[in-house]
This record gives sequence, C-alpha cells and structure tokens, in this order.
Amino acid sequence: MVTIQKYIRAKSLEEAYEQNQKRSSCIIGGMLWIKMQSRRIPTVIDLCDLGLDKIEENEEEFSIGAMVSLRQLELHEGLNEYTHGAVRNAVKDIVGVQFRNLATAGGSIWGRFGFSDVLTIFLVMDTYVELFHGGVIPLSEFVNRKQDRDILVRIIVKKTAGCFAYLSVRNQSTDFPVLACAAACVEGEYRLTVGARPARAMLLLDEEKLLHGGLDPDSVKAFARWASNRIPTGSNLRGSAEYRTRLVRVLTERLLKKLKEEQEWKSV
Amino acid sequence: MEVCIKVNGRMITEQIEPDLLLIDFLRRHGCFSVKRGCETANCGLCTVLMDEIPVLSCSVLAARADGHKVETLEGLQKEAEDFIGFIAAQGADQCGFCNPGFVMNTIALLRENLEPTDDEIRAYLAGNLCRCSGYEGQLRGIRNYLNSREKKGDIDGTQEI
Repeated sequence: MVTIQKYIRAKSLEEAYEQNQKRSSCIIGGMLWIKMQSRRIPTVIDLCDLGLDKIEENEEEFSIGAMVSLRQLELHEGLNEYTHGAVRNAVKDIVGVQFRNLATAGGSIWGRFGFSDVLTIFLVMDTYVELFHGGVIPLSEFVNRKQDRDILVRIIVKKTAGCFAYLSVRNQSTDFPVLACAAACVEGEYRLTVGARPARAMLLLDEEKLLHGGLDPDSVKAFARWASNRIPTGSNLRGSAEYRTRLVRVLTERLLKKLKEEQEWKSV
Repeated sequence: MEVCIKVNGRMITEQIEPDLLLIDFLRRHGCFSVKRGCETANCGLCTVLMDEIPVLSCSVLAARADGHKVETLEGLQKEAEDFIGFIAAQGADQCGFCNPGFVMNTIALLRENLEPTDDEIRAYLAGNLCRCSGYEGQLRGIRNYLNSREKKGDIDGTQEI
C-alpha cells in the first residue's frame, strides 16, 4: 500500500521539475504502477493540468504529451494509419479500457518496464523523447539510461516513411506479455524490437545485412534465426528463456511476413 | 487538502488526505455500488465514469478528481434499467458482485459505440472480470438488448439506453 503525505498539482513544468529534484518526490502518471507498490511517498507531483494529454500531428511528426492515455494511442487515427494499426495492436490487450484510460504513454516510456508493450512499439519507430532538462534524445538512447530526476514531457514520432507490425504472445488475454515483438522497415532499414524478454525492450538492426536483398522466405528465416540467437532472454513465471528464444524466431518470421504484405500493399 | 468533486450531479467539497483513493471517497458518500475487488487494477469492479470516461476508481487519487465530474451506478440507474433486465434474463449476474462494474462499462461502451459487434463488446468488456459466469451470459444479454432495440428501430443515439 502506498501512503502519500503531500499532493502537488504542478502549474508549470518548471515547478514540477523543481519539486522533483528532491529524492523524496515522485511524478505520478496513471498511478497504476505506483499504486501497486508498498512505500511511503512524501510528495507526489501530478502533471495533469499541464496540457500534456494531447496528440499533436503535423506533416513531419506526432507529438505525444506525457499524459496521453494508452486509450488515446489506441484510438488515434493518424498514428494508426501511419503504423498500419501497429500501435493499436500493441496496446489493445493491456488489461481493459478502464485501465488504458488511466495508464499514460509518458509513464509507460519513463518506467522502461520490462513487460512494456508500449516501449516495444515506440522503440521500433523513429522515436525521440523530450526531457524537460535533457532536451530531445532518441528513444533508443533513453531506453538504456538510468532513471534520474528529469521529466519526460513528450514522445515524438517522426513520420519517417516505413512499414510497421506488432505481435505479442500472452498466456491469457489482458495479461502481461510472455514476449512482445515489433518489426519495421524505416527508410529501407529493417528494425526489430523485442520486449518482455522479460527484461526491457531492446532494438536489433540488420547488422549482417541478411535482409539486404528484400524479404523472401530464405532471408526471413535466416534473419529470424539470427535474431533469436542475438536477443538475450530470461525465465520468469510466464515462460522460460528457451520458450522465449523460440518465440523470438517465430514472431520475427511472422512480423517480417506482415511487413512484406504491407510493402506489397503500399506498392500497389 | 480541499477537493471539489461533482458526484452524480451533486457537488461535494471536502477536506481529504492526499492519498485518499476515489473509490474510498465515493463509498464515503454512499456510492456502495463501487466495490473493491482485486486491488491490482485488473478486475473492473470499481469502474466509474470520470468526465464520461470509464476509469478504475481504485487507481485514481481523489485529489486528481478535484474539479471533475464522476458518475457511479447510483446516478445512472435509469440509463442502466433497460439493458440490465436482458443480462439478468440470461442468468449472467449470478452472485452479482461484478455487476455494477460490468454495467458501468457497458454504459460507456454503448455511449461510445451504438452498434457494437460481438468482438467489440468482448474487447471493451475485457477489463471486467467475473468468476461465476464465463462471460457468455453477459454477451448474450447485451446482444439481445441490442437486437430488441434494433427491432424497435430506435438506435438513433437520442434514446436512453
């Protein structure tokens, strides 16, 4: 059970940042993860009045405020048109609608949770995070940083030309994933992210140029086999490391087939 | 700290502790349809509408609800009246413990989507757990309600559910 001594609804990002410099403070997003913990928090800082609950879209990018809910991601037409529904697929099995109305994009990315579907899908795209103090950095860099006292303000997804696909395996719908995978071809570069390994999601590029000649049955199989050897997996109560490694290969193959279909569809 | 929350149309101003959860605030004010189930934000028992959106009141600080409108089943009984009979007719509310959460989320579904398919109903209600029924009864009840509404020809979005 969490006990909270002081609640601050920040009036500006400056105020939120200042308050958050104390080690005893904590920013609350959707409250869902914090609530599960057993701790005493002297001060919580709520960003709910800062207008960060909007997805803005222009010709170059999507700008997703930290307080945007997972349900907003699920329903956003522009984002799902751009990703061919991959964002919707990534979040639709997260508990239920009521949960997704509370859970925030910022909280999911900031937490860099091992089980995160959200981190897995955003990592495969051309994504950046805007930190109040640290500025704009690629998500691929942010994901490996240690948590500090900065504030995640926005998630920026560049509309780089590409195809995207997402798949996860769950023991039961609405549970945490046993494995979450996303694949993309962004400006000709193939990208694979694997989350719920059960460690935090990691990005794999086609360093061996196995897909250089395009997606055919042999190259897809070769890449999937190579990826399953490169992605470290572990065991927990949802699945063993061996099972997960096998899933990496299977899901990678399926994702690349989906990408090929999308590429063909787009070229028609 | 002081909060001002509109609960079922009634403005309530009160001094609260910073860690008071919305579910406890609501029950303190007589909304006993809002129940505590899993404590892990998974079961949907504590579903309420905050500014028309279904949320889990077990995971919202009452302090965050300050300045917002909250509706519980106590305030939406008339809206629930029509379809709840169809669910009861299927014996889908066996022990009844999960029922208020199911009803609240069904209200949210039908406000958002006037003609949901069975898959859309299943997806929307996936966050409401029932340990008695296996969910088919609820689905049949909602489907029968939608069919009866269609027969009457009143799915123009203006009628009450």
